[in-house]
Amino acid sequence: MTEGFGETVLRLADITVRFGPVTANEGVSLELRRGEVVALLGENGAGKTTLMNVLFGLYAADEGSVELFGQSLPPGNPRAALEAGVGMVHQHFTLAENLTVLDNIALGTRSLWSPVSGTRALRARVRALAEEYGLRVDPDATVANLTVGQRQRVEILKALVRDARILILDEPTAVLTPQESLDLFATLRRAVANGLSILFISHKLHEVEAVSDRVVVLRHGRVVAEAATAQTSRAEMARLMVGADIAAPAPRPARPGPVRVALRDVTTPARGTATGLRGVSMELRAGQVTGLVGVSGNGQTALAGLIAGLERPERGTLEIDGKTPAVWTPRTAVRAGIGRIPEDRHGEGTVGDFDLTENAMMELYSRWPFSRAGWIDRTSARAWAQKIIKRYDVRCPGPEAPIRLLSGGNMQKLILGRVMETAPDVILANQPVRGLDIGALTYVHEQLLAARDRGAAILLISEDLDEVIALSDVIHVLSEGRLSPGFERGTMTPTELGAWMTGAGFEDAA
Amino acid sequence: MSELFDILLSASFWAAAIRIASPLIFAAMGELICERAGVLNLGIEGIMVVGAFAGWMAVYSGMGLWPGVAVALASGMAFGLLHATLTVPFGLSQHVVGLGITLLATSATYYAYRIALPQVNTPPKIDAFDPYAIPGLSDLPLVGEALFTQTPLTYAAFVTAALVAFVLFRTPLGLAIRACGENPAAVAAQGLPVTGLRMGAVIVGSGLMAVGGAFLTMSAFDSFFFEMVNGRGWICIALVVFGAWRPGKTLLGAVLFAAFDALQIRLQQTELGAVLPYQAFLAAPYILSILALVVMSRRAQVPAALMVPFRKGER
Repeated sequence: MTEGFGETVLRLADITVRFGPVTANEGVSLELRRGEVVALLGENGAGKTTLMNVLFGLYAADEGSVELFGQSLPPGNPRAALEAGVGMVHQHFTLAENLTVLDNIALGTRSLWSPVSGTRALRARVRALAEEYGLRVDPDATVANLTVGQRQRVEILKALVRDARILILDEPTAVLTPQESLDLFATLRRAVANGLSILFISHKLHEVEAVSDRVVVLRHGRVVAEAATAQTSRAEMARLMVGADIAAPAPRPARPGPVRVALRDVTTPARGTATGLRGVSMELRAGQVTGLVGVSGNGQTALAGLIAGLERPERGTLEIDGKTPAVWTPRTAVRAGIGRIPEDRHGEGTVGDFDLTENAMMELYSRWPFSRAGWIDRTSARAWAQKIIKRYDVRCPGPEAPIRLLSGGNMQKLILGRVMETAPDVILANQPVRGLDIGALTYVHEQLLAARDRGAAILLISEDLDEVIALSDVIHVLSEGRLSPGFERGTMTPTELGAWMTGAGFEDAA
Repeated sequence: MSELFDILLSASFWAAAIRIASPLIFAAMGELICERAGVLNLGIEGIMVVGAFAGWMAVYSGMGLWPGVAVALASGMAFGLLHATLTVPFGLSQHVVGLGITLLATSATYYAYRIALPQVNTPPKIDAFDPYAIPGLSDLPLVGEALFTQTPLTYAAFVTAALVAFVLFRTPLGLAIRACGENPAAVAAQGLPVTGLRMGAVIVGSGLMAVGGAFLTMSAFDSFFFEMVNGRGWICIALVVFGAWRPGKTLLGAVLFAAFDALQIRLQQTELGAVLPYQAFLAAPYILSILALVVMSRRAQVPAALMVPFRKGER
């Protein structure tokens, strides 16, 4: 199955990992050969990340063994994995943002007790590797000022500087623009040509198809299939990954209604590292999903804040149902019929230590029947929470349980229910499916489309281009605070949208 | 007004400022190391009291001056070990632990003092550090007297600041310490010991704080009083913020604060002293410090993981 590649560099044998009663990996075996790209495919919670953490020595396996270049690896020791030549690019980057690129790369390359840092030699080496692998990045830049794509390059350089022979990439394209993804694939091809081996973790099937030589599918912690990429298909991989045929929601054609929210040439100030909006005009119509894509940090926070009532225009006007509100705060936004699914469900969407009842009535507590003559009516509140729990299938111990005990998907279902049950005219859905598995994700998407068909105006903000393309009737791209024109469904390819995301579309249009 | 210029141009004024700055430099460098590693050490005030007592007591019981400094250092490190154990591996609230250490250290000192000197009303004096004029340099006009006719412990304070700056910014160890204060997960991902680095930083930092305290009893004065630390620890915490967590700027801040302090003492003796109540002069350095802090620290880069405990495997 793996002819044409070199010797086996990595062998995982019968790995089993348990966290208390939960089995994350069960009897997983995997081989990687020199010069080979193996894709590890699976849903959220399938055990991909756990397996990689075992390989990297962050977790110790309960059973089974890891063999690198024919040597068995002592468990639970990241240092040993590093020294054996394993480089890992985590999904959440492990960079210190206030330090420079060079400092981040230098960390751990020399003995702590070495009297000198050896930065000069390292800088030259970083430049040479960056040149060789097409990883453009300024070694003296502060990481906080880099884009997500550049940060990923720093992570890969970190591995290359340490003479990694095996690269593990955990969902590397989740946060990249299509162009950045293509650059990454080019880098990976050069690495493979130099004899490195790559384990590529993803759930994006077209990428797996594009870069990998072999696919290993994990489901519920077990290997359910293994095949040469050339001998399988996307549909086959999707079926193996989920364990059943899945149908993405197929939206009916939209019937756009009146304009609910309009921005006219709106500019907002930059806040800290968050970009403000620069002369943005857009309309959110009833019965229509307006999608917004862009690399994070290009003004999404400002736009979402504007519609949620957290931000006011510095210049330009915001109109709700044709009128400019005199006062614009989160409270007036809720009163105006704007339902909000915030980006950060732990930080802004919920209060972790409050129970489900309190979280369910958080935006409504001051209204009848939850507030009667200034007193909270727990009975009505609990009934409301129970209704949401039942109708939106929130798996929880009960309405009195603190919400932090819930999984991300169930927490999001509660937020979704809380918004949907008030039948809002406008729904602000900011990264509504981030971190959710395919079941919860499909459910959230179906609910949003149902709300659209009922006549709600929906603004969908996401970094996932595929998600936005699938759901939106009109797509805008945000880049450095500027907004592209609205593109109708089906008129733009991901690559064309990607050009707008990098700002190129704006220059061509200008 | 001319009196003000006379004061500012006198060598004795600057000599006093440098002397007053010395304990602040030691303690602020200690705090800076702790905070760079991600641990706020509010035990500083109490640790300075311990250091002041331990160094003085060691000399009083017959040890030499430098061994006395070593005893102070060790006493601070012991309390640092306690602080580090509670805040780093146990991950307890750094505010509560720090204030607890300050209370414990102050009371323990009082207790030790009473045990050691049960019958004494006036604390005994020791032979403190004498000023040492550095040959050549001390003959320079103005700066000779201001900078180079100080006690060896003052010279040590400046050397310490330079050493801290070098280690933090020029060695792999310093990089690892700073990374612990920015993103400990990045340090752990390199297989480096976050817990060990943070504990080490807190222990060494606490040792320096204690030496700062010892400066008061062994160099600035020659005896021990309970009120002598008098909020200097808290000032050092502000100085670290003022210096934007950089050793050079922090040292500058310490000298600036000390200069204000030296100035107010002298201004009290001018005709201004007859007009304004003396409390206004005493408050002046603090008010000026707050103003300077407001101006200077607006763009300061706080260590991102300051006060964030690190537990392996958690995000």
